[in-house]
Amino acid sequence: MSTADFSSSRPTRRKFLKGAGAAVTALTIGFEWPARPALALAGPTGATGAANMAAAFAPNAFVRIGADNSITIISKHIEMGQGAYTGLATVLAEELDADWAQVRVESAPADATRYANLAFGKIQGTGGSSAIANSWPQLRDAGAKARAMLLSAASGEWHVPAAELTVEKSVIYHAPSKRQASFGSLVRRAAALPVPDTVQLKDPKDFKLIGRRPARVDVAAKCDGSALFTIDVELPGMLVALLKRPPLFGGVVKSFDATAAAKVPGVMKVLQVPRGVAVIAKSFWAAKLGRDALTVEWDDSKAEKRSSTDMMEEYRRLAEQPALPARKQGDAKKALGEAARKISASFEFPYLAHAPMEPLDAVVKLDAKSCEIWAGDQFQTVDQMNAAQTAGLTPAQVSIHTLYAGGSFGRRANTVSDYIVEAVSIAKAYGADGTPIKLQWTREDDIRGGLYRPMYFHKLEAGLNAQNELTGWHHVIVGQSIMAGTIFAAGMKDGIDATSVEGAANIAYAIPNIAVDLSTAKAGVPVLWWRVVGSSHTTFAVETFIDEVAHAAGADPFTFRRKLLEHEPRMKGVLELAADKAGWNSGPMPKGKGRGIAVCEAFKSFVAQVAEVSVDDAGRIKVERVVCAVDCGTAVNPDIIKAQMEGGIGFGLGAALYGAITMKDGRIEQGNFNDYRVLRMNEAPPVEVYIVPSAEKPTGVGEPGVAPIGPAVANAVFAATGRRVHAFPFSKSDVRT
Amino acid sequence: MATTFLLNGQSTTLDVDPNMPLLWAIREVARLHGTKFGCGMAMCGACTVHVDGQAVRSCVLSLSAVSNKQVTTIEGLKSKQAKAVQAAWIELQVPQCGYCQSGQIMSATALLEKNGAPTDAEIDGAMSGNICRCATYPRIRAAIHAAAGAAKAYGS
Repeated sequence: MSTADFSSSRPTRRKFLKGAGAAVTALTIGFEWPARPALALAGPTGATGAANMAAAFAPNAFVRIGADNSITIISKHIEMGQGAYTGLATVLAEELDADWAQVRVESAPADATRYANLAFGKIQGTGGSSAIANSWPQLRDAGAKARAMLLSAASGEWHVPAAELTVEKSVIYHAPSKRQASFGSLVRRAAALPVPDTVQLKDPKDFKLIGRRPARVDVAAKCDGSALFTIDVELPGMLVALLKRPPLFGGVVKSFDATAAAKVPGVMKVLQVPRGVAVIAKSFWAAKLGRDALTVEWDDSKAEKRSSTDMMEEYRRLAEQPALPARKQGDAKKALGEAARKISASFEFPYLAHAPMEPLDAVVKLDAKSCEIWAGDQFQTVDQMNAAQTAGLTPAQVSIHTLYAGGSFGRRANTVSDYIVEAVSIAKAYGADGTPIKLQWTREDDIRGGLYRPMYFHKLEAGLNAQNELTGWHHVIVGQSIMAGTIFAAGMKDGIDATSVEGAANIAYAIPNIAVDLSTAKAGVPVLWWRVVGSSHTTFAVETFIDEVAHAAGADPFTFRRKLLEHEPRMKGVLELAADKAGWNSGPMPKGKGRGIAVCEAFKSFVAQVAEVSVDDAGRIKVERVVCAVDCGTAVNPDIIKAQMEGGIGFGLGAALYGAITMKDGRIEQGNFNDYRVLRMNEAPPVEVYIVPSAEKPTGVGEPGVAPIGPAVANAVFAATGRRVHAFPFSKSDVRT
Repeated sequence: MATTFLLNGQSTTLDVDPNMPLLWAIREVARLHGTKFGCGMAMCGACTVHVDGQAVRSCVLSLSAVSNKQVTTIEGLKSKQAKAVQAAWIELQVPQCGYCQSGQIMSATALLEKNGAPTDAEIDGAMSGNICRCATYPRIRAAIHAAAGAAKAYGS
């Protein structure tokens, strides 16, 4: 068995997904990905494009300029809250010198030939905090070429050299002759010109939008109720379906009695489909009452019937057995054997649901030759494949209108396209007669619906020499693989699912001897990436444990980290900035209060956070302040970066404090926000965000902010109480002072 | 059986099951889609509307319960406080995914219509029933304070 040695080049998720994407491409050879026109429902401004199509200048797949001066930028990435529409439009509009007030964003159709995520290979989809990073060169080029062609058009019209022209806010000026022309007035002439092969990009010092705060293109519609989500789609003759699914993962329908359900006014049909029994009705409420009245007997013979406590027990045992090496540097075993002092700890992480605010939903219009889908679709190419397979069509016959998603956090990008496939299977069972059917999940369907962040067990050992230097590090991770058994399995190398070990195998601290091992457990619970993926647990284990080691070494946790990050300038940079802004060295905090720090790299961005907490006599934790420093390369839109840090901190803090999906004899014990608690206003701390100035290429911000908050709070709780938190959620741990 | 009530100032009669939750009557019968479904058990606040000026969760309130009452949804907001709230939401770029924001704005507006200058604790009290999974809470808090100042400036 070969070992993966990451010592020279620490692996990144981007690199890894690129490999995975290549594997999927191989699977899809022979499919034709059609070019389809942009669809009218998509995008924040509704049917903007159609009217302008006739007199529009569309030099590439990403921008269309109308004779009315409208600038429509086409987003290949879904807008699910992360600000992609605004960020992507900013990049293109910058090179185009567009007037931001004229910019609209429209969602791209599903078409991997034009709209692949370049970080994934040939798959159209959004994930891994990659939207801005993969689009950066592509959209700069698209904007600059469109600008060059408009300049050529003006130059030809006025018979002046293009070099004498300037552009500002969608208007071209020729100063010597005092002439000016709007982009819109030049579209016919520009459309007739050839697209230049190469074009000069702007010097960053000339940026007018990048680094500023152009207003989000989606915010106004999200403040008056007019933004269109999948749940809001209404089509003539549309029906609404709810699906009754097996209570245990792996269960199937044995028999069902639809007598009572069929009597509910408005219920049209009750039909068995592969994932359960669907009630199809004229409205949500009728479908809901119908489903409540439905009796289904399940065959649980092949279902997962264990309890999560039993599974964790098994994981603990697995941690003591041989595992696969994910990183081997030096000789950790020897270093630990020779250590003057050893520190050890274990950590437990539960399953977590994503619980986006909009329960999953999809509208499907299926007939013998086509399948049209409306959804907050995050994985267009994969969903096209899975929908086609379910419908008995080719992917080319599946079109997707990507709408605003009411949150996702990874849930809508899944390799089995669960909610899409369900909707297609229901439309097929209904007769594939072109009747539009909206599948709507309830919150209970969502919380009990699987595709969770996996449960994990971590065991760590560290060795200090006589000089209190960290000489050895051994980290064992046990949990289910997200990739195994999926279309991404080919991306796994030597049995290692990189999503299980990212944040641990690529630990940045300068430790001479490191071993990181993975034991992949098997369970019948469907699992999936959850915002910040592997780092949602590895960063907690690494950053809490390094804190323990620092204390054992008698060192300040910030100073200890900084010394081990001497050769990691960007990690060190955010660590120092966060500590400085938080007043790390401003002296001890009052009794019952504490300060904790944590740092991570995720998706090539670097984030450090300092949390200040108070813990009362009953052990209640209140996070009073969070200071966050982020280095994500060029800051395209600092306000959106700040928003993603604020949001990531709130998302991660809710999970750290309360989040857990547990099973009793295979049955999920939670069902709604009463027992799957998330962060609320009264628990949300003030957050300060500082962005490291950088000229590096931009990297993602949707996920990295989630990772450090849990360990920062845990370390602050230790500072306040002397008690370590070793299991998620914190509400399980006794931290009374 | 039909239920008659004032919906965004207009007399409205909906001839459907009076036990249907107000949320679904608003969304699927009156076809106003700004009010959202999030949990179905008054745990998340995405469905918040005003009934006679009070912020209520429409997913657990039957249609019959609003007979002859005034129901306001996000589409019908008109008060100075409401306009100040929406303006502050845009100014501070509060929404991310945006799905919960109709409910947040309805709760914030109801708060400011009763209390022109809420404290942080009063904001917690009025807003903790509204979940935002994007965790836009710090901006919601700031926007409510900003809207309170703006509404005051209008003299209301």
